[in-house]
Amino acid sequence: MVVRTLPQYPIKKGEPAYKIWIFEPGWKGELPLITNPRQLAEQKRPALLPGHRLCAGCAAPIIVKLASLAFRGPTIVVSATGCIEVATTIFPYTSWAIPWIHNAFENSAATASGIESAIKALKKTGRLPYDHVDVVVFAGDGGTYDIGIQALSGAAERGHDFLYILYDNEAYMNTGIQRSGGTPKFAWTTTSPVGSVIPGKMEHKKPIADIMVAHRIPYVATTTPAHWIDLMKKVRKGIEVNGPAFIHALSPCDRGWRHAENLAIEISRRAVDTCYFPLWEWTPEKGYMLTDRSLSIARNPKLKQPIEKFLELQGRFRHLLKPENRHLLKELQEYVDAMWEDLLNRATNAPK
Amino acid sequence: MVEERLRGWRELPLGAVTYRLSTDYKTGDWRALKPVVNLNKCVKCMLCWIYCPDMAVIWDGEKIVINYDYCKGCGICAQECPVKAIDMVPEYEER
Ligand SMILES: Cc1ncc(C[n+]2csc(CCOP(=O)(O)OP(=O)(O)O)c2C)c(N)n1
Ligand code: SF4
Ligand code: SF4
Ligand code: SF4
Ligand SMILES: [Mg+2]
Repeated sequence: MVVRTLPQYPIKKGEPAYKIWIFEPGWKGELPLITNPRQLAEQKRPALLPGHRLCAGCAAPIIVKLASLAFRGPTIVVSATGCIEVATTIFPYTSWAIPWIHNAFENSAATASGIESAIKALKKTGRLPYDHVDVVVFAGDGGTYDIGIQALSGAAERGHDFLYILYDNEAYMNTGIQRSGGTPKFAWTTTSPVGSVIPGKMEHKKPIADIMVAHRIPYVATTTPAHWIDLMKKVRKGIEVNGPAFIHALSPCDRGWRHAENLAIEISRRAVDTCYFPLWEWTPEKGYMLTDRSLSIARNPKLKQPIEKFLELQGRFRHLLKPENRHLLKELQEYVDAMWEDLLNRATNAPK
Repeated sequence: MVEERLRGWRELPLGAVTYRLSTDYKTGDWRALKPVVNLNKCVKCMLCWIYCPDMAVIWDGEKIVINYDYCKGCGICAQECPVKAIDMVPEYEER
């Protein structure tokens, strides 16, 4: 038997640096949602441990880390095959400080449905030693937009109580940067190469979060790791609602987006500032509501940046900034503007 | 000398069950640039703690400490520090 011990680093005040989450049977209550940074750093520990092998500067672990800081108690995580899964559980190691299960590329929502049903059955027969056990999925864009969508749509229709977090790095990254239904138009990938025949991917990104809104589940939201308070609040809401919740988190990938290692947060920020990736949440009661920076932009349109600000940091869009491709850039800008206008019309809290 | 015997199936770990913590796997040797915190400049805003993808920023209750066992040297902490209190310095001298 291997002893699982955590390395100790001296801490003068607060929790040890790294922690396995243990909830004794009979544990009651709710972990508080803390958004004060100092209190967070003293009182909370992420459910993701270091030593994972996601690339240096990858945004995906930041999303997992921030999401876990918003968990409310005992939680089971499900991961579809993808960067997060392959890099956090390289045999015999695991980076998860909480129960975690891997399933195939396509069925994380089905696995989560099964777990949630089992939890319900245990509770009904008095064999669950907790008030609630939450189920959270982390799946990539390939595992969500493409191969996983029928499992997700089915689980949403059946109304299972779980939170599905899509970390969207806009391509099949761990298998070598192939285009997906989440890859934006004109992005370079290895299966939509930029050359004299095509200028990168030919199709627009599928509106996955709006597809989930169409299911009329209790909660749908978009977020990025740069907007960390927004992300944490949305994760907590998604966990608290009864029924399926879906969060679409943009996840810059330095390998696939061809950007510098230190820019994942800056690029997430610019994705929102340019309205390429607006922040919003949707509930059946209130409809679309803009949040955080996107609400500020709606109130003060001068804050909206041109799309170049988002593209210029990424090699996958380098060709769009060449003079001969000005028409492509214009087309992309018009598309972003039209999508933003459309969202402004739908958002119940946008100034009219 | 005792010859090493191949392990039988009973002695092999259970398939598909990850049984060791990744904290046993040090990713610090991935690093080419090393973040160094200037504690005189640091305003203890915790943004580096919040954004570090590798849980390599430790708040010890009084100050920020970088855990070089795991830090991969991505530089996000230095990029996001609002007062530029973190410098990225080369890990090895150029030869
Ligand atoms: C049915 C099936 N087809 C193909 C694969 C190979 N495969 C594993 S992960 C992956 C791509 C994952 O892409 P995404 O979901 O976007 O996650 P990322 O790697 O980008 O994080 C593929 C094609 C598989 N595991 N199962
Ligand atoms: S390939 Fe991209 S998404 Fe995958 S670990 Fe590397 S940076 Fe992260
Ligand atoms: S360089 Fe990257 S891995 Fe190292 S402490 Fe800074 S943010 Fe964390
Ligand atoms: S981001 Fe900079 S100022 Fe803030 S705690 Fe870290 S080192 Fe200090
Ligand atoms: Mg992907």
